[in-house]
Amino acid sequence: MLTANRLKSGDVLYRKGAAWVLTLDAGEVYRTEAAADDALAAATAELTRNEFVAPYLFEVREKDGRIVPVKEREIIRAAGPTVHPHTGKQANQFNDDQHQNA
Amino acid sequence: MLNPKPVEPNMYRYDEFDARFVSERVEQFACQVQRRLSGELTEDQFKPLRLMNGLYLQLHAYMLRIAVPYGTLSSRQMRKLAHIARTYDKNFGHFTTRTNLQLNWIKLVDVPAILRELADVEMHCIQTSGNCVRNVTADQFAGATDEEIEDPRPLAEIIRQWSSLHPEFVFLARKFKIAVGACEKDRAALAYHDMAVQIVRNAQGRTGYKVMAGGGMGRTPYLAHVMREFVEREDILAYLEAVLRVYNQDSRRDNIHKQRIKILINTIGPEEMRRRVDREFKELKAMGTLQLPQGELDRIAAYFAPPKFESGLSDAIPDAGADFANWAKTNVSRHKAPGYAIATITLKTPGQVPGDATSEQMDIIADLMDEFSVGEVRVTHEQNLVLPHVRKKDLPAIYARLKELDFASPNAGLITDIIACPGLDYCDLANARSIPIAQKIARKFENLERQQQIGELKIKISGCINACGHHHAGHIGILGVDKKGVEFYQLQLGGSGAEDAAIGEIMGPGFTEHEIAEAVERVVNVYLAARQPGERFLDTYRRLGMAPFKAAAYETVAA
Repeated sequence: MLTANRLKSGDVLYRKGAAWVLTLDAGEVYRTEAAADDALAAATAELTRNEFVAPYLFEVREKDGRIVPVKEREIIRAAGPTVHPHTGKQANQFNDDQHQNA
Repeated sequence: MLNPKPVEPNMYRYDEFDARFVSERVEQFACQVQRRLSGELTEDQFKPLRLMNGLYLQLHAYMLRIAVPYGTLSSRQMRKLAHIARTYDKNFGHFTTRTNLQLNWIKLVDVPAILRELADVEMHCIQTSGNCVRNVTADQFAGATDEEIEDPRPLAEIIRQWSSLHPEFVFLARKFKIAVGACEKDRAALAYHDMAVQIVRNAQGRTGYKVMAGGGMGRTPYLAHVMREFVEREDILAYLEAVLRVYNQDSRRDNIHKQRIKILINTIGPEEMRRRVDREFKELKAMGTLQLPQGELDRIAAYFAPPKFESGLSDAIPDAGADFANWAKTNVSRHKAPGYAIATITLKTPGQVPGDATSEQMDIIADLMDEFSVGEVRVTHEQNLVLPHVRKKDLPAIYARLKELDFASPNAGLITDIIACPGLDYCDLANARSIPIAQKIARKFENLERQQQIGELKIKISGCINACGHHHAGHIGILGVDKKGVEFYQLQLGGSGAEDAAIGEIMGPGFTEHEIAEAVERVVNVYLAARQPGERFLDTYRRLGMAPFKAAAYETVAA
């Protein structure tokens, strides 16, 4: 998959087609090295738009029917800090859980 | 909430020049942000500019590092930090081992506004990153302890002013960290600094400065060498400039792993370094432009004049129950004024994120500062806070309020008072998480009786070899590493960042995140079984060596 950070906010982004989405689940998985390289090349060419920074590729695998990153770093980046569940992309889930438990 | 009237502590206040300088820097950076957003600056052009203003891009967002010079904060500044965390971040901040505050969820577009707010309370983020002289740190008990020769903060402030945007040292080979201490007891980890100054008296009873250089953690840890045992007061800036000049001229810039001053000194040898420094010092002294007049030293020292201590106070710590007595035993230290004490607030209640404080907690601590500690607090490199001047009779009230904040753990210097860097939960450089390991170990040793039985034991955890968590200086140090995408944790034993400074010895292969806390426990159990009367963990380790600890640590893992 291909990721970057939004320039203005620093938000973690994932590439989908020619656009960016905010969650890993909604991002695109490149099944071949060539497809991944093409996506990175396209994103790199778009850096001059000044909308995002630091695009790079990372590995994912399938686990229990879901796409998950291979490295812990990307798992944390996709969810948020493991020590503050109310922050990062996991916050919505955390808030939903809190709401349901209330 | 009490909201007492803010008290202005005796600390350095900006003069017109300082205020204009910081204000101009804020507007300059605001302009640079605008140019980046408009595309006039590329990311490659912008990155060194943002780093010079303490702005990093981390795993989840931008991180802003705010300088807290020599760890001293006023209540007005603490409230401003709380406000910024609440308004622009996620309602909490993280106090670091460089005594700074980091905010982890900053938006680039908000940074100019944040810097303007900081400038309003005489704060900034300048030189909290980049290859320059970083935030100068000092003993957190400065001006309060009876152990010091004099308050080290005036010198720290003079060094801060001298090194801020010093034209010769803005683009050093690497970052450069300076600390100042003023007594034999070392609470500032002097030996682990690129350069350190200890205020000393010579045989004639004259006060001057011992200068050390070449210490550091990171990939290649070294303890600092003494450059000169005694530098006269008026010569200190010339001598420090001489050390930095030699470093700037002679350090290797071709290899990122060999760019710190510790590598230079340990490559050419301390004798040769002293010779080169002496040569520069002689020239600088002859020029006479860097002499520090006593009048200037006195002018800066006047900002840090001791508060007016009340006389006639009882010097006894009140009796306020067993819990309070436990807290007072570890978290209260001797003050130089009768009837007063120094109170350490450990941001380390087992289960907490070491060094984190919410905006609400910061606000209430600001209230405590005003009500009980002449409006002042110190940030320590062990990620705690210190109320430097409190009346002993007020200690029970302070303790009660800290309990409400969940910051009343009686664990200063004990096994649960753990340093941990942000690690892989936040940091772009990290290989492994630090905070959850700290939390797991702290919970394992949560029982207070057990903590007290173990006594002084400093655990320090870093999530990568850069060692922001000071693992080399831990009695038990833990280094997180990445093995094919999985976190592992190496143990080091025998380090110290105090006056008996030592670099910890690596035990062997790492443990998984599920094994490390138990391995630490087995190591501690060896100490408890083998210690002699009065021995700290560190003493027993130094007597026995690594073997018995290593055997125990791997016992269950191998089984």
